Amino acid sequence: MGKRSVQEINASSMADIAFLLLIFFLVTTTMSVDKGLSRRLPPPLPPDQKEKLKDLEVKERNIFVVLINSKNQVLAQGQYIQVEELREKVKEFIKNEANDPNLPELSEVEVEIDGRIEKVMTTDAHIVSLQNDRGTTYQKYIEVQNELVAAYNEVRDEYSRQRFGVSYNELTEDRQGAIQKIYPQKISEAEPKNYGGNK
Amino acid sequence: MAKIRKEGKKTVPAISTASLPDIIFMLLFFFMVSTSMKEVTYNVDIKVPEATELQSLEKKSLVRYIYVGVPRHEFIKQYGRETRIQLNDQFAEVSEIRSYVEDERNAMNEDEQGLLTISIKADKETQMGIITDIKQELRQAQALKISYAAIQKN
Repeated sequence: MGKRSVQEINASSMADIAFLLLIFFLVTTTMSVDKGLSRRLPPPLPPDQKEKLKDLEVKERNIFVVLINSKNQVLAQGQYIQVEELREKVKEFIKNEANDPNLPELSEVEVEIDGRIEKVMTTDAHIVSLQNDRGTTYQKYIEVQNELVAAYNEVRDEYSRQRFGVSYNELTEDRQGAIQKIYPQKISEAEPKNYGGNK
Repeated sequence: MAKIRKEGKKTVPAISTASLPDIIFMLLFFFMVSTSMKEVTYNVDIKVPEATELQSLEKKSLVRYIYVGVPRHEFIKQYGRETRIQLNDQFAEVSEIRSYVEDERNAMNEDEQGLLTISIKADKETQMGIITDIKQELRQAQALKISYAAIQKN
């Protein structure tokens, strides 16, 4: 028997097939990774507790009130301010380094850092309360939310640099957890209210 | 001394296209890895707001989306220009969100049910009234992990 040579498969159409697949994937997929501001909503109130909630007063010095009206104007602690100024004000509020009686009270918190339990003075009881009107635009709301989160991130980052010498993002998870305990993110999105105006 | 060229036709050798499929396949794999499938076709126009402090949503399988915006051009006749909500492929009312969340949650694995994240993709011109309503519905449905979709601002 003689050796029969197998004929080579013509591969010139391979490129076309690959192109076709490529174009299919280009059309049906999206490049963007989903990103967003993560939030946790408060659990729903049982109907019989709605009245009770009014009794649960938080000391006035512990609340930082941010209001946004239907004209997208921001009121922070009773002062009309620009969104850009909000970050500094919130940072000052969360840290309260000078133990100012108008800023939230400091309390001792036990935190485990690298296996040792330490006592740190923090503004544990503070709350940032964000209230908006029904007519506020979503963009403004996100901007304000963003500034609040940014304030927390900066405070945590500063503490991390001071304490560990590296930025917050480079820390191990345990250390990040410890800092989160020292500066817990407490942004409350209040029960909706209708401040006049039409619905 | 330079050689004296002979007169006559010079034939340019054909460029080999044998490696073309390989190049295209490489591109194909790049796109397959770096992109993700579209979740749905939008029935509403959405330009998400900009923000800087973003976190990416880790596991796609744990995320469900609520789209909020003005109906697209082709739906305006039917649904008007009012801001509407879209769940999956259809327009929906605020009151339908609770059953939607519950259905989606029941369809998930039991140990993952608590990790369900709702991503609210809303147009930046939306008024907060409808968003507040959605948030209240989500609270009632015990879907407390939410994420406001946004894009990175430079």
